[in-house]
Amino acid sequence: MIPNNDIKKTVCTFLNRHIKNHEFQGDEAIFTSALFNSLFAMQLVLFLEKEYRIKVENEDLDLSNFNTLNAISAFVEQKASCDCHEH
Amino acid sequence: MNTNLSPDQREILVQFRALIDKIISPVADQWDREETIPFEVIQTLAQQGLWGINIPENMGGQAWDMMTLGRICEEIGRGSASLLSLFTVHGMVAQVLMKWGTHIQKETWLPKLAKGHVLGAFALTEPDIGSDARRVETTAVLSGDVYVLNGKKKWISCGQIAGLFLIVAQCDGKPSAFLVPKDTPGFSQEPIRDMLGFRSAMLASLCLENCPVPRDNMVGVIGTGFSHVAGTALDHGRYCIAWGSVGLAQACLEASVRYTHKRKQFGVYLKEHQLIQEMIANMVSGTKAARLLCCHAGYLKDAGDPDMIMETAVAKYFASQNAVKVALDAVQIHGANGCSGDYPVQRYLRDAKIMEIIEGSSQIQQILIAGHGYQVID
Ligand SMILES: Cc1cc2nc3c(=O)[nH]c(=O)nc-3n(C[C@H](O)[C@H](O)[C@H](O)COP(=O)(O)OP(=O)(O)OC[C@H]3O[C@@H](n4cnc5c(N)ncnc54)[C@H](O)[C@@H]3O)c2cc1C
Repeated sequence: MIPNNDIKKTVCTFLNRHIKNHEFQGDEAIFTSALFNSLFAMQLVLFLEKEYRIKVENEDLDLSNFNTLNAISAFVEQKASCDCHEH
Repeated sequence: MNTNLSPDQREILVQFRALIDKIISPVADQWDREETIPFEVIQTLAQQGLWGINIPENMGGQAWDMMTLGRICEEIGRGSASLLSLFTVHGMVAQVLMKWGTHIQKETWLPKLAKGHVLGAFALTEPDIGSDARRVETTAVLSGDVYVLNGKKKWISCGQIAGLFLIVAQCDGKPSAFLVPKDTPGFSQEPIRDMLGFRSAMLASLCLENCPVPRDNMVGVIGTGFSHVAGTALDHGRYCIAWGSVGLAQACLEASVRYTHKRKQFGVYLKEHQLIQEMIANMVSGTKAARLLCCHAGYLKDAGDPDMIMETAVAKYFASQNAVKVALDAVQIHGANGCSGDYPVQRYLRDAKIMEIIEGSSQIQQILIAGHGYQVID
């Protein structure tokens, strides 16, 4: 199990690669903000897949899973534990 | 990054190169004039597994890696940019299904796409909506068990012959994506002719008039039609077009080298004139640079690296611009012959210009690349 705070920190570092000098809050809306360009949604999916060795698929495609740091880390935690059980 | 090909990759490429040289390059000008690609050619390519290159083996495809796929795009682009565009949009639909399709959508469509029994087309652009694609005006309204689609799409490559269309429409005011088989009631296609380039890409305008599309045909969920579904498709499209632009530039270079070997002016072959050599040198170096950018994007794709998206945009931007420059020089080197239908370089130039417009125009790539530059450099 990956600690929730570690996920938030890692994802935050990734977000800061795209948006410099911005302190992302846990409940700050990411997707609905105008901060990111049209490529970002897929960049985030690919980042999560590679970093946490998960596969984001059709059934995960709920925007509320990706809209805040809190939601992303909860999603990754749940997904990583499911994928571990499957393997 | 290792740009060397494995023996397996090399063997696949040698086969495809030979096939392109035999059945595509010699007739591509004729297809261009007739504004079509014969059905038998599409079938022959199906027998070679071309339409299922990126589809998993358990769905009837070849599951080849992205580097191999890219190199094949280069070879196709060297032969016919129009054929490359069919291959690109078909691959975009397959890529979307593989990434975001439901189990049933995958099982229903991927085997047919892999065998080329059905060709796919990607329909985002509309008469009034191009670069600002998030704002498409086609609508999808849920009514019982079906979404009812209404709207128009324009400039759809492969639109005349595709059997499956991936349509982006607004649902509850949010971009959403739908699989629309061509025999859906209320769906019609009208050929678009007389384009500058990609003349045999069999473009069509699409009309959706109260098209009932089963709920299960939505790909992804409401609101993800542009960000995730079209995002996946366009990334794949940019990758194929970047490599195809390299192939087109390579074709220009090869034609120019051959021509300057046999044409004499001022008592010597054109290749002896240093101003001609300058153009050849620029063609060689620009095309090599474009190929390396494509290799880098392919390498990142095979590694599943999120940077692949930006690097693919960079590769597409650079390779398409290079294709235009190289094609202009190829026509220049051929003089009046280059402006005539007797030589393919006029087609290369017309096709190269299209490369700068599709899958996000050069200006849109510049906006994305510059924005990224400002973020990563302090
Ligand atoms: C041969 C061909 C095949 C095609 N195939 C398909 C297909 O299969 N499926 C599909 O959906 N579409 C397809 N298209 C459409 C293509 O994707 C669009 O043409 C492209 O996205 C540009 O849109 P537009 O033509 O409406 O130009 P517009 O968006 O109207 O742009 C016009 C010009 O303004 C520039 N511009 C726009 N916005 C900005 C900005 N913010 N800043 C600076 N400059 C800007 C553009 O770069 C362009 O030079 C095809 C087009 C062609 C020519």
